[in-house]
Amino acid sequence: MEFLVPGLRHFLVLGSILFALGMYGVLSRRNAIGILLSIELMLNGVTVLFVAFARYLQSDQELAGQMFAIFIITQAAAEAAVGLAIIIAIYRQRRTVQVDQLDLMKG
Amino acid sequence: MIGYAWSILELPLLAFVLIVFVTRRSRQMSAAIAIVCIGIAAVLSLFLVLPQVMAGATAQGDFSWLKLLPGAAPAGSEAALKLGIKVDPLAAIMLIVVTVVSLLVQVYSRSYMIEHGHYDPGYSRFFAYLSLFTFSMLAVVLADSLLFLFIGWELVGLSSYLLIGFWYDRDPRPGVHLLAPWIAAKKAFITTRVGDVGFLIGLIILWNRGGTLQMQELFEQAERGTGPLFQASLLGQPVLFWACLGLFAGAVGKSGQFPLHVWLPDAMEGPTPVSALIHAATMVAAGVYLVARTFPLFHAVPQALTVVAIIGGFTAIFAATMGLVNNDIKRVLAYSTVSQLGYMMLALGAGSVAAGMFHLFTHAFFKALLFLAAGSVIHSVGTNDIREMGGLRKAMPWTWATMGIGALSLAGFPLFSGFWSKDEILATAAEGAGPILLAFGVITVFLTAFYTFRMFFLTFHGAYRGAPSEAHHAAGETTDPHQGSPADAGHHGAEVERGIQIHESDWWMVGPLVVLAIPALLVGFWGSPLGNNGFQRFLEGSEFHELQPNLVLAGVGAVLAIVGIAIAWGLYGARAYRTEPLARFGGLYTLLWRRYYIDEFYMWLIDKLAIGVAYAISMFDRQALDGLINAFARIFAVGGGGLRQMQTGRVQNYGLVLFGGLALIAVVLVVVPLVAR
Repeated sequence: MEFLVPGLRHFLVLGSILFALGMYGVLSRRNAIGILLSIELMLNGVTVLFVAFARYLQSDQELAGQMFAIFIITQAAAEAAVGLAIIIAIYRQRRTVQVDQLDLMKG
Repeated sequence: MIGYAWSILELPLLAFVLIVFVTRRSRQMSAAIAIVCIGIAAVLSLFLVLPQVMAGATAQGDFSWLKLLPGAAPAGSEAALKLGIKVDPLAAIMLIVVTVVSLLVQVYSRSYMIEHGHYDPGYSRFFAYLSLFTFSMLAVVLADSLLFLFIGWELVGLSSYLLIGFWYDRDPRPGVHLLAPWIAAKKAFITTRVGDVGFLIGLIILWNRGGTLQMQELFEQAERGTGPLFQASLLGQPVLFWACLGLFAGAVGKSGQFPLHVWLPDAMEGPTPVSALIHAATMVAAGVYLVARTFPLFHAVPQALTVVAIIGGFTAIFAATMGLVNNDIKRVLAYSTVSQLGYMMLALGAGSVAAGMFHLFTHAFFKALLFLAAGSVIHSVGTNDIREMGGLRKAMPWTWATMGIGALSLAGFPLFSGFWSKDEILATAAEGAGPILLAFGVITVFLTAFYTFRMFFLTFHGAYRGAPSEAHHAAGETTDPHQGSPADAGHHGAEVERGIQIHESDWWMVGPLVVLAIPALLVGFWGSPLGNNGFQRFLEGSEFHELQPNLVLAGVGAVLAIVGIAIAWGLYGARAYRTEPLARFGGLYTLLWRRYYIDEFYMWLIDKLAIGVAYAISMFDRQALDGLINAFARIFAVGGGGLRQMQTGRVQNYGLVLFGGLALIAVVLVVVPLVAR
């Protein structure tokens, strides 16, 4: 039952699953809000990986991973604010936030 | 002396620049500047340069103009192009001709360009162009390298173009094959350009094989008789032969010799002072001067001299025949110019620079005189057509007298300037050009005397045949748009009579005529046996060899000239002119009148050949070349259309491709090492 003992591998699998779920959401959600949420999920997956690497791997700079996690959380908040602002602006213009209807850049 | 020579060259350029940039708006100032500058140049060349050259001094000075890359210079030459001037007897003579005639013509133009009290709208421009021309011509004269000569050569071509087309907004005068000035200007420019291509080819040959364009160095190579210039080339002829032929082609274009003579009669659409200066005295003589200047090159290949003699002799008689029937006072003179230039070429081809240059020298004075006198007539009568003149002798005594002197000189009447130089040419031709060309020359004496005095008698003798002046008078008084204030309009109208009332020209115009009449009468004695062949001794220096005076030819020439004048008097002077007496020759008359149909032939050639070839090339351009380019463009258009489909505008599609690609790379990175192991 050794594989039940939490180790680096478990956290890697968890982070990857979170990231993959988020990516699936980004690519398949039609609602812009949903995409934004999925991006947050991807970011959190990455954060988990950073913390796990920082915890389990030898490093000269012991807190580097944690620092990155905090940075990511900060910029995720900023990104959510900007993203929501954009979505509201789009909604005011187009009366919709369904991204498959937003194809003005079609070549 | 070299300093004087440089200032002679630069004074007209200074006048041109001053007029263009400073005094353009002030007409009198422009004329004054032009006349003063050329006046100083004329005084310098007459009283400072000429005496020194006659005392045996020559001078040369140059400066390095362009540095050449070592690879661009032919083997064995300096890696720099030099511009320089050289004063020797030949250049000194031309210096006198150009500055003196130019000065007199500009003095004359001061009044000629004011018609009926109205300044020509381009008055300042006219003097600017004349100054530019004088500068360019002096560059041709003084140049010591063929490169500098060529630069001046092209500049005189440009000034000639600008001055022929000086009245660029005028319509063609009514008459048979008369061109509008701007068309005549283009015709002159393009026709001479044909010859200038030959000139350029000649220069390129000399540069590549001779390694220099400095005339002195080329002459030394030619004198040695061996070396790269004498290698056999096309048709077994030495390279130098083709170079000389190229230079001669330039001379043919500029001097209006046979195949390229068509532009000179039409150049008469320019103002008459221009015709006198450029198309009689100086520029058209530049071709003769070029051959005389590069004579050592021609001398080294006698075949080239033969070509010169044949073209010259043929042109002399060919142009004279066309002069017989023309009714335009200036065109008659133009044909005589072509014919006399043919004489000069004949003399050069027969091997005598002195004879050719002597005729150039006398011809410059009496032909400038004839043109200026013709201009005086035109200014007064208001038409070029000698059929509408007649009886002007009483109204214009000074013009009559001076033009008479010029005409006698041109006809070769004994003791006049033209007689001596023409005699010299015939004697030279008898020695070195063979019987046929000599016969051409002798017949031309008769033709020249006849057509010159046909024109002279029709203009000045008999009764006035123009439109009655009363009709013009009435029209002038009622509607004269140029008249000044209404108060003096009536007074002016009566006095001026729209210029139709025939009057002698003012002294600005008559003065130059009188001054020019003196050399037209006397300058021939300098080179005559009576004057101990002073001209020839001066020109040839130590190489002078006395030509035995050929009394038989001189006698024949004098008799033919007098007979020609007498026949002209019988047909045109002694009886009233109603119909053209020469018209009885029917087809021959028409042939001459239509100028041997050469202009028509050239037009046909251009229409069929040039335009045909151009059409074929344009088809190739449009179909083949453009097709290729369009095919390329279509490839990119189609490819771009395909790629457009991928630009859906949906961010999620892009994201899918992005992550899909990333996943693919990841798979490859994982799988390939596994398989490779």
